[in-house]
Amino acid sequence: MSIWRCPSCGYVFDEAVGHPREGFPAGTTWAEVPDEWPCPDCGVRDKVDFEPVSADA
Amino acid sequence: MEAHAEQAHHHHHHHEHVDVNPAAWTDGKRYAWLLGIIVPLSPFLAWFWVSVTGFGALWYLGPLLVFGLFPLLDMAIGLDPTNPPDSVLRFLEQDRYYRWCTYVFIPIQYAGLVFACWMWASGDLTLLENIGLALTMAVVGGIAINTAHELGHKRASSEKWLSRIALAQTGYGHFFIEHNRGHHVKVATPEDPASSRLGEGFWAFLPRTVIGSLRSAWGIETTRLDRLGKSHWGIHNDILSAWAMTVVLFAGLAVVFGPVVLPYLLVQAVIGFSLLEVVNYLEHYGLRRQKREDGRYERCMPEHSWNSNNVASNVLLYHLQRHSDHHANPTRRYQALRHVDEAPQLPTGYAGMIVLAWFPPLWRRVMDPRLLGHYEGDVTRANIQPRKLGRVLERYGRPAV
Repeated sequence: MSIWRCPSCGYVFDEAVGHPREGFPAGTTWAEVPDEWPCPDCGVRDKVDFEPVSADA
Repeated sequence: MEAHAEQAHHHHHHHEHVDVNPAAWTDGKRYAWLLGIIVPLSPFLAWFWVSVTGFGALWYLGPLLVFGLFPLLDMAIGLDPTNPPDSVLRFLEQDRYYRWCTYVFIPIQYAGLVFACWMWASGDLTLLENIGLALTMAVVGGIAINTAHELGHKRASSEKWLSRIALAQTGYGHFFIEHNRGHHVKVATPEDPASSRLGEGFWAFLPRTVIGSLRSAWGIETTRLDRLGKSHWGIHNDILSAWAMTVVLFAGLAVVFGPVVLPYLLVQAVIGFSLLEVVNYLEHYGLRRQKREDGRYERCMPEHSWNSNNVASNVLLYHLQRHSDHHANPTRRYQALRHVDEAPQLPTGYAGMIVLAWFPPLWRRVMDPRLLGHYEGDVTRANIQPRKLGRVLERYGRPAV
């Protein structure tokens, strides 16, 4: 399970949690999220701008 | 080793905190934010002043305040470019007092709407006075979209709900979807319906943004519903559920006060959301993000929004005029928004610029040279209305001397 963070606002997409309201249930892999999906909190950056967060951090 | 590093970090962190004492910094605008409720109070203030003076024209108090008094206050009070120090931003954002200044707007807004319906139904006012009260309610509804805007950007679902409630008066419930997921993503590009273009007058922009924003909101919401495998036309559609609030609200008011209130409710809603759209018009006029080699647009930068530090309009609109910082940090709370030096500045506050936008020849005369100056005379860097491309290039296409 990997975790990705919006570099603008700090929103975190955790594959284990997903974003059910956006149609990404828990367990959705990051690869399944479309590239043009913008950050659901700020809308400033897109999926492709997100940075990986190391799982043990 | 790791524990040691962590201790050292903590130690350092501690020092960072003590050299900045939030209590030592005072927010000069702290109590000024309470003035924001003057707008939702305006139907009651109008009633008071009409009763005291017997002067029925004061039912037009809402427009008189926002389009008359506030432009004058901007000119009289002037600018305040001061920023809270970076070190107190978090402290400032956590202070719940500022949130309550925006929450309290909403009950007063709806008390005013009920009061207005009661007045419209009473038959005590002349037709012109009823229209004046409808325009006052339109101003309340339009400014309520600004309050909804502040709340709709926040992560807390309670604040998102308050945002939707504030939008019900104008039937603009789709705004909180389109604004956050459409406008903020596409801002200052030709694809954004809510970013106005050089050569596009407000009256041409208005239908384009109203229809385009609605289409865009519907596309965003149905894409989400498709991912969820849910129907476009069910209760899970946030646009339909937001509009349903408006239908229930207006129907309820018509049942209680009689169908006579319906034309006034419709008029105030349409003029109310047109007020939001005229604010949209002036926020990004002609500004354009360039396309990068990979086909994506460059990030939204401070230079892609028009700003103003006029105190009166900033207090009225919860720092909306510090628009560059808002687009860089959309979830940041209004009290912590900062003036940015690189941002292009409007010649006066939003209140005065709204009035100017209603007269496109005057708007062009004031704003086109400013836009051209911002792009150092190179008009090709601007977001140009395609239909006017030939005329714009003919007029401004020569390099500046």
